[in-house]
Amino acid sequence: MDTWTFGWTVAIIGMGGTMFVLWLLSLVILLLKKIFPYKAAEPGPAKG
Amino acid sequence: MDAAIASGLQGLLLGFSHFEIGQALMILIGSLLLYLGIAKGFEPLLLLPIGFGAILVNIPLAGLMEEGGVLRFFYDTGVLTEIFPILIFVGIGAMTDFQPLLENPKIIMLGAAGQFGIFLTLLLALALGFDKLEAVAIGIIGACDGPTAIYVSSKFAPHLLGAVSVAAYSYMSLVPLIQPPIMRLLTTEKEKKIVMGAVKQPVSKTTKILFPVVVTVTASLVAPLGTPLIGMVMLGNLMKESGAVERLKHASENEITNIVTLLLGLSIGATMQADKFLRVETLLVLGLGLIAIGLDTAVGVLFGKLMCLLTGGKINPLIGAAGISAFPMSARVVQAEGQRYNKKSYLLMPAMSANAAGQIGSIIAAAVMLSVLKGMGIV
Repeated sequence: MDTWTFGWTVAIIGMGGTMFVLWLLSLVILLLKKIFPYKAAEPGPAKG
Repeated sequence: MDAAIASGLQGLLLGFSHFEIGQALMILIGSLLLYLGIAKGFEPLLLLPIGFGAILVNIPLAGLMEEGGVLRFFYDTGVLTEIFPILIFVGIGAMTDFQPLLENPKIIMLGAAGQFGIFLTLLLALALGFDKLEAVAIGIIGACDGPTAIYVSSKFAPHLLGAVSVAAYSYMSLVPLIQPPIMRLLTTEKEKKIVMGAVKQPVSKTTKILFPVVVTVTASLVAPLGTPLIGMVMLGNLMKESGAVERLKHASENEITNIVTLLLGLSIGATMQADKFLRVETLLVLGLGLIAIGLDTAVGVLFGKLMCLLTGGKINPLIGAAGISAFPMSARVVQAEGQRYNKKSYLLMPAMSANAAGQIGSIIAAAVMLSVLKGMGIV
């Protein structure tokens, strides 16, 4: 594989892949928040 | 007897007789790193041991990086095996609060845009004649994340480890100088003054505990080669959020991180031997590293502009600059810039969300890159 094919492939898939994974994680976060919503009475975050 | 005394005295002069100009220069460079760390406060935890390691390894005949040398031992056992950066990741996870990101997950895409400098710099490095794996190691400076840069460069281009690490840590501490001119250049007066409404969505403890587990599984399935990076950060974060293993969490963010930081710094400094460091390619690496962080900032701000457009002007594009991994320095830079143009603008919280996204983004970008290289059969 020549240098430029390598470079552009890594750049395009790398940028696209990073966007895709983070987008997936944003969905996961939204889903978690939907399934386990915050309740005012629950204890605060762990100390330390 | 006289001959014995003469040869004994000669032994005391051997260091001087073998002292070369390159080594003297490297001792000056090591001293400069010490100065930056101690007097200027630039990442002292790393720059101090790196600087001192650079001085030690350039003492002639000391043999610290030769077979059996103490620095060689640290380097072989901790850097070549990737154990040191991996352990640092556990500490980072234990110290990181992802709450701002969990409160405002839409901002997460800025953490992706803030990594584009990695890939654009990789192309620049290839254009300058570096080979494929060297270009990968140089590009990763754009992650703006020291341990990630060390992990990737020690894996693919260990001969560039010293330059890549020094660039990564130096530029991270120079973020307040590097970012503002780019932010000002790429945003209009109107955009700079946008006031962002507060997004306050409390997050349940269950969500915080499940977050590291789900992130590990999701991200590792897409980019399995990045599992050591993602997994260790998220292990640290799980220990923090669970509240169940205070001792382990405390040890991870204190004793383990401190000891490993010292040994890692020394090991990196030990790679800065005059004959390996004083090369044109080192200057190129330092230059490309600066460009990488500049590109991260530029793409982050441009992505912020896109989000501003799509949301009808509700997002201040300046927060795009915080999509890099320099936490929380970058978020503070954004806050300061926002205040500079509009005293009523408080960008700290959204910028912290973007910055937390940048922390995950840098690791994900490295993980994706490793998996792409594996897929292409390069590694």
